[in-house]
Amino acid sequence: MTERVVRVASGQGFWGDSLDAPRQQVENGPVDYLMLDYLAEVTMSILQKQKERDPAMGYARDFVGAMDSVLDAVTERGVRVVANAGGVNPPACATAIQAVAKKRGKSLRIGVVTGDDLLPRLNELVEQGHALAHMETGEPLETVRDRVLSANAYIGSKPIVEALSRKAQVVITGRSTDTALTMAPIRFEYGWKDTDYDRLAAGIVAGHILECGAQSSGGNCQYDWRNIPDLANVGYPIADAYEDGSFVVTKHPNTGGRVSVQTVSEQLVYEMGDPHGYITPDVIADFSTIRIEDAGPDRVRVFGIKGYAPTDKLKVSIAYKSGYKAVGTLVYSWPDALEKAQLADRILRERLERLGLRFDEILTEFVGASATHGALAGDAGRNAPEIQLRVGVRSDDRATVERFTREIAPLVLNGPPGVTGFAGGRPKVEEIVAYWPALIDKTVVQTHVEIV
Amino acid sequence: MKVRLLDIAHARSGDKGDTANVGVIANRPEWFPLIARELTQERVTQHFAGTINGEVDRFELPNLNALNFLLHGALGGGGTLSLKTDAQGKVYSTALLRMVLDVPDAEARALGLPSA
Repeated sequence: MTERVVRVASGQGFWGDSLDAPRQQVENGPVDYLMLDYLAEVTMSILQKQKERDPAMGYARDFVGAMDSVLDAVTERGVRVVANAGGVNPPACATAIQAVAKKRGKSLRIGVVTGDDLLPRLNELVEQGHALAHMETGEPLETVRDRVLSANAYIGSKPIVEALSRKAQVVITGRSTDTALTMAPIRFEYGWKDTDYDRLAAGIVAGHILECGAQSSGGNCQYDWRNIPDLANVGYPIADAYEDGSFVVTKHPNTGGRVSVQTVSEQLVYEMGDPHGYITPDVIADFSTIRIEDAGPDRVRVFGIKGYAPTDKLKVSIAYKSGYKAVGTLVYSWPDALEKAQLADRILRERLERLGLRFDEILTEFVGASATHGALAGDAGRNAPEIQLRVGVRSDDRATVERFTREIAPLVLNGPPGVTGFAGGRPKVEEIVAYWPALIDKTVVQTHVEIV
Repeated sequence: MKVRLLDIAHARSGDKGDTANVGVIANRPEWFPLIARELTQERVTQHFAGTINGEVDRFELPNLNALNFLLHGALGGGGTLSLKTDAQGKVYSTALLRMVLDVPDAEARALGLPSA
């Protein structure tokens, strides 16, 4: 008798990832679940702005195309989709997906998870004494409350499990944790209980490996990068999960990329904090207990994971307006490219000073010399064939930032020689939407599942 | 013997607010003890002196032959506030791999370390 396996495929690592990956994951081989992660920290605020302009928007539009491309697999082969594409408007997202299904003459059962959106309740919550203090600085939300654009609790696996148990073919959530999108279907299939901490933690680790798409199957891999085959046709990762919590990371045959102990290990340490306490709404996973071994070509076995009872809090992702920024660039060429760029920077700063412009921050980088590694790069930029001068400013006052953007172009004619690369025109002034992480009591957040 | 960390380890980095994390993984399991011994909290703090504004935390993951470092105050405010090219700390990984280790010749030979 062969051991039962639940196969979860990752088809999207962020909103903006490959449009083709979801379809390839369901067409290049068998899978049970397709997991699509669309949300990054700032995505919710972008979606909130879209919803304010049009109440039928506010979700990841790419998901509509993705669903269209996998619809046959869902309706004819029983592949189920779990996605946090709902953003700040999961019901509208479901309506858009139903429209796609209807157009193709298919009927679809969609589970819609809501309850994570705390924006309409924010004043009430603060008045009830929930400080929603910034997790790093400890400041109360009060300091930025009038500038808040969105506020969403990170919710766990349970509402997704409920939607699946009510036979949803597609589950659409808002701000679910990325890892829950993978853990929930595995948990559902094996009937893991709330206190099966080790197995829930294993599902979270599987989720961590899958949540960034191809970043665990050869993409962005430092180890042996020259020899990673055919990244043009990279296969996205798949977790084959077993009842005991162990799983094998793999990818479809005849795809590019690589799944190895090294590619998976790099993803395991990505965005890691204290490895002993990876906190999620369902469980605390201990990454120091993860065992990992080669299980054949493009197969890595992961096992031995320990988990602990979760906390009584949920993390809240709050986005707020925090002023304006702009970044201007010019390119200086050999000879003495770095020196010329440095002189241009001094001239620019003197002019900004004379104009009386005050910035919260002004940052100069010399791309090609020290922009990414700073002083660690040594004097490698000294004889560079070209250097990009990159100056960024930030201020609460839009006009101040706007004025800065007019001071870059003049340097082409009235600054140091050997300058080019101003084809893009004036730098764009960008409104900054900043991120405010906070905690809230779990009891305050009630999720809801609706089948449509 | 001088040994480049780049030749004996690989790494990936990412962000959490204004903190960058760098996970560094030994290319071979037998090289991990040496890497764990050399990459102390002090040594890494010194390496990034002048590049980051905050402190460095260090965690060991012998199960993955890896160390995890948290570099606080590394991202110019972090996220969308940051004006840096590397606002999300994606290449702090290779900045750490610039480190050069001084390894006793006998040990380096016994471990088969590539010389710098």
